[in-house]
Amino acid sequence: MTLWRDIKGTLQPFWITLGYLFQKPVTIQYPEVKRTPPPRYRARIVLTRDPDGGERCVACHLCSGACPVDCISMQAAEDADGRRYAAWFRINFSRCIFCGLCAEACPTLAIQMTPDYEICNRDILNLVYEKEDLLIDGCGKDTQYNFYEHAGIGVANERGRNQDEYGPVDPKSLLP
Amino acid sequence: MASIMFYLLSLILLTATLLCIFQRNPVHAVLYLVLGFFSLAIMFYLLGAPLVAAWEVIVYAGAIMVLFLFIIMMLGLAPQDRPEGPGWQRWLPFVILMAAVLACTLVIIALDPAATAQGEPYSLGPQDFGEALFGKYALAVQVVSFQLLFAAVGAYNLGRIQRGKGKP
Amino acid sequence: MNTAIITVILTLCKLALIFGVVLSMAAYLVLAERKLLGRMQLRYGPNRIGPGGMIQPLCDVIKLITKEDFIPERADKWLFLFAPGLTALTALLSFAVVPFAPPVTLFGQELPMVVCDLNIGLLYLLGLSSLGVYGVVLGGWASNSKYSLLGAMRSLGQLLSYELAMGLALIPVVLSAKSFSITEIVMSQATLPNLVKHPLAFLIFMISVAAESKRTPFDMPEAENEIVGGFHTEYSGMRFGLFFVGEYINLIVIGAMVTVLFLGGWHGPLLPPVAWFLIKVLFVAFVFIWARGSMPRPRYDQLMRFGWTVMIPIGVINILLTAAVLLAINS
Repeated sequence: MTLWRDIKGTLQPFWITLGYLFQKPVTIQYPEVKRTPPPRYRARIVLTRDPDGGERCVACHLCSGACPVDCISMQAAEDADGRRYAAWFRINFSRCIFCGLCAEACPTLAIQMTPDYEICNRDILNLVYEKEDLLIDGCGKDTQYNFYEHAGIGVANERGRNQDEYGPVDPKSLLP
Repeated sequence: MASIMFYLLSLILLTATLLCIFQRNPVHAVLYLVLGFFSLAIMFYLLGAPLVAAWEVIVYAGAIMVLFLFIIMMLGLAPQDRPEGPGWQRWLPFVILMAAVLACTLVIIALDPAATAQGEPYSLGPQDFGEALFGKYALAVQVVSFQLLFAAVGAYNLGRIQRGKGKP
Repeated sequence: MNTAIITVILTLCKLALIFGVVLSMAAYLVLAERKLLGRMQLRYGPNRIGPGGMIQPLCDVIKLITKEDFIPERADKWLFLFAPGLTALTALLSFAVVPFAPPVTLFGQELPMVVCDLNIGLLYLLGLSSLGVYGVVLGGWASNSKYSLLGAMRSLGQLLSYELAMGLALIPVVLSAKSFSITEIVMSQATLPNLVKHPLAFLIFMISVAAESKRTPFDMPEAENEIVGGFHTEYSGMRFGLFFVGEYINLIVIGAMVTVLFLGGWHGPLLPPVAWFLIKVLFVAFVFIWARGSMPRPRYDQLMRFGWTVMIPIGVINILLTAAVLLAINS
């Protein structure tokens, strides 16, 4: 009975929408009611510190290389003890697509994504975040990790002078 | 009053029809024709035949001219060298004629707000119309409708896609 | 002479009243449609501006007025400017013959609660609804854009096919009322509404009137996801607004038409006649909004085939049956 099927198929949606009319909408009324995003939600990017309070970022440029929209820029600098850090670090959030590739690329867990999604602004230049805007006082997601306990220990000595370490490669030399 | 309006409307009708003939753009021509049908409808109304006036608007202005527009649009008959933004003068006759038709309608409504045309000794109601159509002139109506049916069948036969021959 | 002046003043009052009521109803019908559709899709409609979004129509109007009135290059300028007004005008004019209450006696004379009680009021409504397509078609053609032209052509074809079915559905009503006057059609439904007498005609009328006024199950002329916006693709600002308002006035016109022709007009128990009329009109409008929330859009060829092979034959058979039954009862 295709006719019966057609009539049923025509009338059934009316019944269903009438039922929906009296149900409570699923909409979350945003400015008044705010959802808590899950912890791994990818929104505003921060730079974290290690448990000792030092900056984790070693200005390796991996995040800026991974960034598909090229919104991260920085300049590397070195401490007196040879520890690298970013002289300045800038994320242009008006270009950022919150893909999280920078956080995945970061070898020191310095750059991390937070669930804070309310960063919109009327002035686009306010969306360019400098290092002081990005740097937070905590450790972010991993409170234990300290890059310098696993690598780069003892950079207090000159490069190549530590134990079990070769000297730096001289790129100008023709010898292998 | 009615005779003045009759002559005014006939003038509008003639002008609109002439403009319809001399328009280069087919859609504009159809518009002038529609205007002509409107004035014709009001003339029928003045003559005490509101039913014919209504049929004039529904059938001619509302259906046949719409069909004309459909064909014109489907064939893409609009001239390709259309000037950019036609000037005010090109639409002046249409505006004036339309205003005159509207003014006539308003005068009629003002004179006879109930629109019953009671004073008319020769008012033609739906019943008289139907009796004339299906009683007195029944044979003529049947002949004409059969003619239309033949025309429709003929047009279908001519336009039919024949098997193996592609489109005629 | 004195009575004539009173008649003119009262007619003007009725005009102003209908104009105001219809326009504000159209504005709020937009809001009601958005809210109802929202609730049918498990969301709230517009609820930000004013209590429950009540000031939303005003904001929409302000937005539309302040937008740029854009005329496409090589468009037929005057037709382009003139077409949206035509749509709204034909929709508004239809109210002239709709009686919304029984005649009342004021200042010692009987006052019919209708602007213009034409004795061929039904034909007047049909004529205006068939002229309403000109605004859409001329606007679509004058825009000089493919999508607009496609929308205009679809609208033409749809109107031509469904106007026939609509006319056929009205004939049983006229047969049982023995008049083309809408007041008399309403009077003839004092005991039993035409919905009970002619259910098949009612069904055909509802479907064909939805197709003719481009309500959503049949909104091929403006199908957003096939031909962008159809005939109003190139329109912006208040000219688009006129098309939009015309569409909603048309919805009220349809509500009024269905009410007076099939639901018994102002007749009803307890409540005053005007209230019954308004309730019925709003209920019909709700049914159309409901259909918009429930039905998917058919394909254009399906629509045309349905119109010509189902609606029109059923309409003709319905006329024959009604005429036979009426003849049997009368003789």
